[in-house]
Amino acid sequence: MVKIPRWGTYLPETKEKTSGKLIEDASLSSEVVISLCQHIGAPCNPLVEKGDRVLVGQKIGDTEAFCSAPVHASVSGEVIAVEPRPHFTGGCLLSVVIAADGKQENVEFAGVSGKLTPQKVRCAVREAGLVGLGGAAFPTHVKLCPPEGKSIDSVIINGCECEPFITCDHRNMLEKADLLLDGLRIIMATVEAEKGYIGIEMNKLDVIRKVEELVAGEENIKVVRLDTKYPHGAEKQLIKAVLEREVPSGGLPMDVGALVHNAGTTIAISEAVREGKPLTERVLTVTGPGVKNPKNLRVKIGTPIGHLIEGCGGFEGEPGKVIMGGPMTGFAQFSLDVPVVKGTSGVVLFPRDQVEITPHGPCFRCGRCIRACPVFLVPNFIGLYVERDMIDKAEVYSVMDCIECGLCAYVCPARRPLVQYMKYAKGKIMARRKKTS
Amino acid sequence: MSEPLELVVSVSPHIRAKEIVSGIIGWVILTLLPVTLMSVYVFGLYAVKIIILSVGTTVLTEAAIQKLRKIPITIGDGSAALTGLLLALILPPRVPWWIPVIGGLVAITLGKQVFGGLGYNVFNPALVGRAVLMVSWAEPMAQSWLSPLGRLDAVSTATPLALMKQARAGLAQFHSAYYYKPLLFTNPGGCLGEVSALLLLVGATILLYKRIIEWRIPAGFLSTVFVLSLFTKTDPFFQVLAGGLLLGAFFMATDYVTSPVTPRGTLIFGIGCGFITVLLRCFSNVPEGVTCAILFMNAFTPLIDRYTMPRVYGKGKRREKAPL
Repeated sequence: MVKIPRWGTYLPETKEKTSGKLIEDASLSSEVVISLCQHIGAPCNPLVEKGDRVLVGQKIGDTEAFCSAPVHASVSGEVIAVEPRPHFTGGCLLSVVIAADGKQENVEFAGVSGKLTPQKVRCAVREAGLVGLGGAAFPTHVKLCPPEGKSIDSVIINGCECEPFITCDHRNMLEKADLLLDGLRIIMATVEAEKGYIGIEMNKLDVIRKVEELVAGEENIKVVRLDTKYPHGAEKQLIKAVLEREVPSGGLPMDVGALVHNAGTTIAISEAVREGKPLTERVLTVTGPGVKNPKNLRVKIGTPIGHLIEGCGGFEGEPGKVIMGGPMTGFAQFSLDVPVVKGTSGVVLFPRDQVEITPHGPCFRCGRCIRACPVFLVPNFIGLYVERDMIDKAEVYSVMDCIECGLCAYVCPARRPLVQYMKYAKGKIMARRKKTS
Repeated sequence: MSEPLELVVSVSPHIRAKEIVSGIIGWVILTLLPVTLMSVYVFGLYAVKIIILSVGTTVLTEAAIQKLRKIPITIGDGSAALTGLLLALILPPRVPWWIPVIGGLVAITLGKQVFGGLGYNVFNPALVGRAVLMVSWAEPMAQSWLSPLGRLDAVSTATPLALMKQARAGLAQFHSAYYYKPLLFTNPGGCLGEVSALLLLVGATILLYKRIIEWRIPAGFLSTVFVLSLFTKTDPFFQVLAGGLLLGAFFMATDYVTSPVTPRGTLIFGIGCGFITVLLRCFSNVPEGVTCAILFMNAFTPLIDRYTMPRVYGKGKRREKAPL
């Protein structure tokens, strides 16, 4: 039985172009740009200088801070600059620029030797520079260290991939199902959880069947079939769907004994622990109606997106919009020099004639945003308040609980930029809280 | 570095649902067309005259006011035309020509534009128009009916609902079951939009199926009328079919702008409308109560919204009043 949640919306999935395509290795670009802050938390300090020669997997940035993750060179070659470079969220961040020599010589990797202990796993995961690969890019080792007094009973693997167009997790799970389960077992052992769940949406039946076959007979691991309703892959919504538990407002999943990891991250955990492989590449989907040959690619971190688009046959039609991430939550880019970071799940392209630029109208209170909101907010009222810069009112109406899934703006018939209003209000409130604390 | 490209940059989401405001209003107009055409069939030129004058006035008034306010003219979204059509459908067939004209003027100016236009009005504009007409020109509004079952040339002062009222006062004989068939198919004794309950239901079914209207308001409205009719010892089927109830419940109480937006709120709104309708139909000195019931509940919409805010994910108790 597949349960249908009362929130959310069925989006056009538009995954058919790439869901059946094997993951290919992307060609090497001549230059990679590795940002020193690819995660939520403290940025890294560079460990190399201009002129240094680096090898694949060599650590080039790290910090003492706990909530952070080191970055590694994804190609072998010479560091030609350590300077601010464009970042996908707009603006520039300190980055290490490496000219690839094409030899791809790597440092020696070694997996965890002997018996796996939680401490060894956390250490291996941190050294590999793992962050959440679903998009939020939260350092993975931090999630594996529940603080004193919090116990985790259930680990959930997020295999929903609810964003339209994107199929990288789909392919990755299908092609590395054994590593997915190995990763899940490692996580469960590390946080001492009894139960493991793998939540997969019903549009990936091939993955569901394969994983169900592999876990047959195991009592503590269960595949949960989920309705293909957006945003099932949002962490808190997934926990509610799988465990019937609600994470308290402002709290973390571990407050209700749950831990969620993205499917791609789980596979990377297995690789980091067993082989000692640092995160220097990831799988992503280059797709959309604006690209000639959509593909699932294994890409070196730091590759400029322009190189990937070229590798997929270039633009189809006049270029209109280039989005990093999925079409619901991704970031539109102004330049093709922006590099892939650890959290990039896809590059979605739209031709100019499919980019809608319309002025928005007044809210006519149809209530679609309220019925769609997975957090049960009232986006129409919040939007009206933010429009008049009444941020206090927006805060009272729980704007800080917004997960920015994009549904309210998606369904709005008046095309109101509701997500923009939410982000604006949240930014203002965060800044004010910082000032007062 | 690659050569610069002209790319569009905007905040997520980058895809949008197909529905737009004018499309939604277009569907409502489209689903009103069957009953509109039936009114033309039954009332002939009387109906044509009222519809043209009413729609023409609302559209021109909206354009004129927007021109005066120096804001973009938005008659293309169809909302003014819809107001005009709804107003025409709640007028008696034999009213003089100036009734729909004044009604349209009042609906758009007092009903909508003084509040700031689409999305900001408190009361349903078409019903504001009708309410003003009923109060100011009671005679033409109350006595321009055609005979309930009779010939087109016979002018009557009684609709089926008025007859029921007289019967309750012991003034006349009345068999409600006698009216089922005319009310469903062709009922000449009523407003333009009351000619055929069946065609209204056809339109309403399409709106519900396309999820342009939600089920809660009409369900709350109609079921309340049905149940309360049993208590007031009137025929519940007759009560639901007669007068402007179906038109009101499916096409006017469901007006987005003037009804609550929260799921629980819409149900409360519908039940309130039904309650007041029965109250007025059975215990007031006017035969019909749908107009007043919806306008009355419109006034409560902000209050209902405030008290029925959904419980936010991860936040404590079930019912939480939104702060003022």
